[in-house]
Amino acid sequence: MAEDGQQHPLSVYFWIWGLLFVVSFFSYMVDYMQFQGALRWSLILIFMFVKAGFIIAIFMHMKWERLSLKLAILGPPVAILVLIWLMSYEGLYIEETRVEYYGESTMEPQTPAHH
Amino acid sequence: MSEAVLSSGAEAPGTKGVADDFSRDKQVFGMPWGKAMMWIFLLSDTFIFSCFLVSYMSVRISSTDPWPIPSEVFALTLFGTSIPLVLIAIMTFILITSSGTMAMAVNMGYRKDRNKTFWLMVATAILGASFVGMQAFEWTKLISEGVRPWGNPFGAAQFGSSFFMITGFHGLHVSAGVIYLLVVAFRVKNGFYEKHGGNYEIVEITGLYWHFVDLVWVFIFAFFYLW
Repeated sequence: MAEDGQQHPLSVYFWIWGLLFVVSFFSYMVDYMQFQGALRWSLILIFMFVKAGFIIAIFMHMKWERLSLKLAILGPPVAILVLIWLMSYEGLYIEETRVEYYGESTMEPQTPAHH
Repeated sequence: MSEAVLSSGAEAPGTKGVADDFSRDKQVFGMPWGKAMMWIFLLSDTFIFSCFLVSYMSVRISSTDPWPIPSEVFALTLFGTSIPLVLIAIMTFILITSSGTMAMAVNMGYRKDRNKTFWLMVATAILGASFVGMQAFEWTKLISEGVRPWGNPFGAAQFGSSFFMITGFHGLHVSAGVIYLLVVAFRVKNGFYEKHGGNYEIVEITGLYWHFVDLVWVFIFAFFYLW
């Protein structure tokens, strides 16, 4: 396997290339159609993970690598989830203390009516 | 596991294979060391970009001023109408196309088709360079509108620092990738690798780096521009 490297039919790449175009178009449409709230965020995340998955699995050949490499490379980034959780917790705490002491949130865009 | 299976080079699949790979008296990853090291470098780079994106999340949650709306900040007026994020969308498609040409180059490299590999890598480099060019245009536009790392007229000051740091670091990666691609492409063309064993694994290693740059952009596009 190591001798002949990663050889796959060209059609696989053309398919993934096309799919990446389509999914990118969809994620651009999320902004263009002005979807908001939970629908917007979930669509952004779904399209993002689909694209990332195709790039890693097919273009970077991870699909055809041995499990040892998959675990060694794709395992450690899971730790980032902990950092994301900690930092969002911290950010929301700062926001909450502000609301508590100043009585105003900046999470929602301010409208002139407030002033 | 029998002697015959070991000597024939056929390795066990699944978790049994993982135990085999790590416990046998040989290198763990059955690939050229350059490729394994590129994967490990990309893993470390993943953590750097994650730190940038997580710090951006953190300041966006807790900034005292409302966050500027990227859809409006990055809108471009074309033919008299304002189109949101249009340049960013074009940049995204250009980077995906370059990833496609790179995947073809890797394939042609393994077929030892030096000429096609060279031209596909040059095409990838040109697409990459045009991406950096558009990013320079975007930066120029935002700077002329008064966006600075310490403040901007649209809202939270942290918008500028996050923008310049994240897209700047990514742009630096693309620029370095263009140079890397051109060096390897010309070595493919002038027969450098023929003199060194005729192995074109280097094209795949370069490809891994390039696809990673595209991969990072997927996350920046989702979190910075669309969110």
